Amino acid sequence: MKKPARRVVVAGFAVGLIAVAAFFFWPESTPSSARVFQPPEVKASRLTPEQYRLAITDVFGAHIDLGGRLEPVMREAGLLVVGASSVSVTAAGMEQFDAMADAISEQVLMHDDNRRVFLSCAPAKSDQPDDRCASEFLAPVGERLFRRPLTEWELRSFVAAAAAATKALGDFHAGLSLSLSAMLTSPQFLFRIPVIEEDPDRSGGYRLDAYSRAARLSFFLWNTGPDAELLRAAREGELDSDRGFRRQVDRMMASPRLEEGVRAFFHDMLRFDTFETLSKDPALFPKFSRREMADAQEQTLRTLVYLLLDQQRDYRDAFTTKKTFLTPSLAAIYQVPLAHQGPNGGVESWEPFEFPAEDPRAGILSHASFTALHSPPGRTSPTDRGKALREVLMCQTVPAPPPDVQFTVVQNTEDPIHKTVRQRLIAHSTVPSCAGCHRIMDPMGLALENFDGAGEFRLVENGQPIDTAGDLDGMEFSNSLELAQVVRDNPAIPSCLVKRMTTYAFGQDFTQDQRVFLKQMRVRFRESGFKIPELMRTIVTSPEFFQAAPASDPVSVDALTAAVR
Amino acid sequence: MNKTRRGFLRGTFAGSAVAVSLPFLDCFLNESGTALAATGKSLPSVFGNWFQYLGLNPGRWVPDQTGSNYRNKVELAMFDPWKERINLISGGYYHLDGRPVETHKTGVQIATLGGIPTGRESGASLDSDIADVIGRQSRFQTLDVTGTGGRFGVSKRAGAAYKPVEASPAALYRRIFGADFTDPNAAEFVPSTRALAKASVLSQVSDQRRAVLKTVGASDRARLDEYFTSLRQLEKQLAMQLEPPEPLPACAPPPNIGEEAEPGGEVTAVERNIDLFTSLLIHAVTCGQTRVFNVTMNTQGCRKAGSTQNWHGYTHEEPIDDALGYQPETTWFIMWANQLFTNFLRKLETTPEGAGSVLDRMLLLWQTDHGYARTHTMDNVTTMTVGNAGGLFRTGRHIALAGDPVTRVGLTVQQGFGVRTGAWGSQSNRATRPITDMLI
Repeated sequence: MKKPARRVVVAGFAVGLIAVAAFFFWPESTPSSARVFQPPEVKASRLTPEQYRLAITDVFGAHIDLGGRLEPVMREAGLLVVGASSVSVTAAGMEQFDAMADAISEQVLMHDDNRRVFLSCAPAKSDQPDDRCASEFLAPVGERLFRRPLTEWELRSFVAAAAAATKALGDFHAGLSLSLSAMLTSPQFLFRIPVIEEDPDRSGGYRLDAYSRAARLSFFLWNTGPDAELLRAAREGELDSDRGFRRQVDRMMASPRLEEGVRAFFHDMLRFDTFETLSKDPALFPKFSRREMADAQEQTLRTLVYLLLDQQRDYRDAFTTKKTFLTPSLAAIYQVPLAHQGPNGGVESWEPFEFPAEDPRAGILSHASFTALHSPPGRTSPTDRGKALREVLMCQTVPAPPPDVQFTVVQNTEDPIHKTVRQRLIAHSTVPSCAGCHRIMDPMGLALENFDGAGEFRLVENGQPIDTAGDLDGMEFSNSLELAQVVRDNPAIPSCLVKRMTTYAFGQDFTQDQRVFLKQMRVRFRESGFKIPELMRTIVTSPEFFQAAPASDPVSVDALTAAVR
Repeated sequence: MNKTRRGFLRGTFAGSAVAVSLPFLDCFLNESGTALAATGKSLPSVFGNWFQYLGLNPGRWVPDQTGSNYRNKVELAMFDPWKERINLISGGYYHLDGRPVETHKTGVQIATLGGIPTGRESGASLDSDIADVIGRQSRFQTLDVTGTGGRFGVSKRAGAAYKPVEASPAALYRRIFGADFTDPNAAEFVPSTRALAKASVLSQVSDQRRAVLKTVGASDRARLDEYFTSLRQLEKQLAMQLEPPEPLPACAPPPNIGEEAEPGGEVTAVERNIDLFTSLLIHAVTCGQTRVFNVTMNTQGCRKAGSTQNWHGYTHEEPIDDALGYQPETTWFIMWANQLFTNFLRKLETTPEGAGSVLDRMLLLWQTDHGYARTHTMDNVTTMTVGNAGGLFRTGRHIALAGDPVTRVGLTVQQGFGVRTGAWGSQSNRATRPITDMLI
C-alpha cells in the first residue's frame, strides 16, 4: 500500500520543480504588491483551427465542408489558446485561410440548396450588382462572423466588393461569394480584437465592451463566437446589468454547447492536437492506426464530459474512475470484452464500459490517449510519460538537461543484463547529472509500464516481469492503480486545473499582477468540491474576468502606416 | 519602345480577360535560354536551406587539411563528386552564454536566428532576410517542407511564429501547380477573371488596414502588420495571374505528383516523400515560383520499420561499439541522411537549365543542431554550403572556424545574397566578420 517514501529526492534537480510548486501552492509567498488584481493588457487573439471550424458550423451549419487544414498555433503556457494570442498569419497560412474561405463561400452561395437557406433575397438581375440584396446577406452574416455589428463603413466596403466582383464575373452570386470569402479572410474574423471601455464599477479602470465581453464569455464556455441571442443581449445592453448578464450565463451553462467548451478545453490542456503528428509503427502496433488514435481521444473526452458535466463529479475522480466509453477497436487494445449494440459490420458505436475493480486500468492516465500519446513510435518511454504527467497535468516544469550531458551508460534494448526499461534507466541513473532529471519523471512513468506504446496491457518485457513500483512526491505506489490514487490526491492536480482553465478563459498567460486571481479560484474550486462547471461559473461571474488594461502604444499609427504603405 | 511582354499585354488589352498568343517569345530568348536576350538578365539566384538534425560523428568528418586541397573523411566521402561546389565549414560554435541547452532547439535557434531569443520576440530566420532581398517578386516568398513529418519548420519572420511546413508532397503540388498556376511557356495566356475579381475584393480588406491598426496596441499591431504583409503576398499572387509570366524554357510543370507515403519518420516513407519534394522544389524553381526554400529533416520519429528505437533515441541510448569506435545504428542514420542530401544534389545537378543545371544558380546551406548529438555538444558543428548561386560565392574549400560562432556562415551567406547587414547574431553568437574566402 502506498506510504510516504523514504528515499531522498535528488536535491539539485528538485529545486526547479519546488520553485515552480512554491509559486502556485504557497500563497504566503505572494508579495504584498501582487495581492491586488491588476487587469491584463488587452491582446488580440487569432482563432484556433477548432474555433474557426466551430464558427463556420455555427453560422452556416455542420454540412459545410472546410476541405483543408489551417495554420497551426504553437502552445504557450501549456495551451494553444494562449499561443493564439501571440501568433499572426504567415504567408503560407494566408493561402490556407484564403483557400478555405473560397471553399466555404462557394458552398454557401453557389450551391442552390444552401443558397436558398442563407440568401433570403434575389438580385434584380442575376448578372448585375444588387447592393440591397448584398447588404441583406452580408450584414447579418458579418455580425455573426465579426462577433459584433459591422460598422457602416465595413458594410459599405463589402457591398462594394461584391458589386465589383459581380461586374468582373458577370454573376451576382459569384460576386457575393467572393465578398463573403474576403470577409472570412479579414482580420476582424480571424482575430478576436477586444475593445475596451471605462469600467463604471472602478473609477479610472477599464473593462471589455459588451461585444468583447460576449465574445470572451462565448469562446470560453462554448469555444465559439456569440450566438444571435448573446449578440442581441450585448446590443440591447443586457450584459451591462448584473441580472441580464447572469441570465445569459445561466442560459449558456445550461446549453448542450457547454459540452463543446469543456471538450475544447481538455483537448487543448491534454495536448490532443499532437495526435496529428503521432505515428506508431504498424509492424509493432498493428492495432493502433489513425482510427484508434481518434477513438483514443474521443474515449477520454467522453469520459471527462460524462464524469464532470453529466455526473458533476469531483475533477480528481478523473484519475481513478473505472467508468469510460469504448469502441470495439479500443476494446481490442484494452483486451476487454465489449457488448456491441450495433449491427454486425455497421459503424462502430460507443458503449459505456466499466473496468473491473481488479483491472489495472483506472482513470485517464491509463487511457491510450495518455499512454500512447506519450510514447515514441516503437516502444514505451517512462520518461516521456512522467514528464507529461508533471508538465501537462501538474503544471510543473521539468528542468532542461544541463549542457553536454553525458549519455555514457548502457541503454541497449538487447542488453542481456538490463532487460527491462527499469533496469536500463537505473543503470542510466548512476550518472549523477542524469539522475536528477530522471528521478522526477521516471517513477510515475515506470508505474505505467504495463501499458505498451499503444496502450495495450503487458506483464513482461523481454521475458522479464515488469516492476511498476515507484513514488510521486514522497508517496509510494506499487502499481498503476495505486499511482492513480496518489495522483488524484496530489494537490498539484486541482491547482493545475485551475491555472490552465483560468488562463484558458482569459486567453493569455498570467503575470505576477494577476496571480492573486488564481489563488481565489483555487479556494473556490476546493470549496465547490472540485466541480468543473462551478469553476467555470465562478470564473465568468468574477468581476476580474472582464477587466482590462489599455494596450501600451508607443508607436504612432500614422508613422507605422506610412512606413509600410 | 516597350519590348516586355507585360507592356505588350497592358498596352493591348488593358488587363481584360481575353486569351492572347505570345508569338514573340523566341525573339526574347538567346540560344540556350540562359538569359532573356531582350534584357540580358541572368537567371536569378536561389537560396535553399537544408536543416538536418543530429549532426555527424566527431572524428569522422573534419578533414585534416584546410583550403581547397582537402580530403573528405568517411562520413562526407559521398560528397566528393560535388567537392568543387562545396564549402565545408568546421570548428564552429553555438555559444550558450550561460543558457541551458534546450535539446534540439537551442542549436536550431542559433543556426537560423543567430542567437537564443529572450522572451517571445525574436528576429527573422536568415532565409526570411534573404527572401526579403531576392524573393519579393516570387509567387511564394519561401516554400517550407519537411521530409519527416511535423507541423513547424525552422523559418520565421521577425516577431512572428515559426512558419508551418508542408509534410505532404501532394498538398505542396496542389499549392504550386494547382488551378492558380500560370505556365510561363504556354502558347496562350488567359488572364484569370476570377483572379481579377478576387484581387478587387481583397483590396477592400487591405483598405481596412488603417482602421484595424488604430484599434490595437503596439504588440498586436506588429502581429496584425504581419497579417497584412501576408495578405499583400496573396494579392501579389493574384496579380501574377493577370499578367503573362516571363518565359522559362526549363519549366516543365509536372502533370501529377505520384503516390506519396504517409508523412512521418519511417525511413522508406522519408525517402519517398523527399524524392517527391525534390522534384517539386526543382519544378518550383525552374518555373519561377520561388527563390527561397527550406527543407527540415527532423529526427525524433526517424526510424526503420519495425524498430523499437528511432534515430534520436539511438543517439542517447546506443552504446559505442568498441571495435568501430562509434554508435553503429546512429551512424547508419547519419549516412542515410547524407545519402538523401546527395540524392537531392544529384537531381539538381541533372536537371538541365540554360547551359548547365538548376544547381548552377543555387546556394544550399546545410546546417545541423549539434556537434555531437550523443552528448549534445555545441562545438565543432558541421556546416556546408553547396553551389555558388550563379557566381555570388567562391566554393571548393574546407574552412576551419577555430572556435568562431557558426553565425559567421549565416552572415556570409546573407551578404552574398545582398542582405545589407554588417553583423548577424546576438551576444557571443554575434558575427561581424564574414568568411571572406567564400565571397567573390
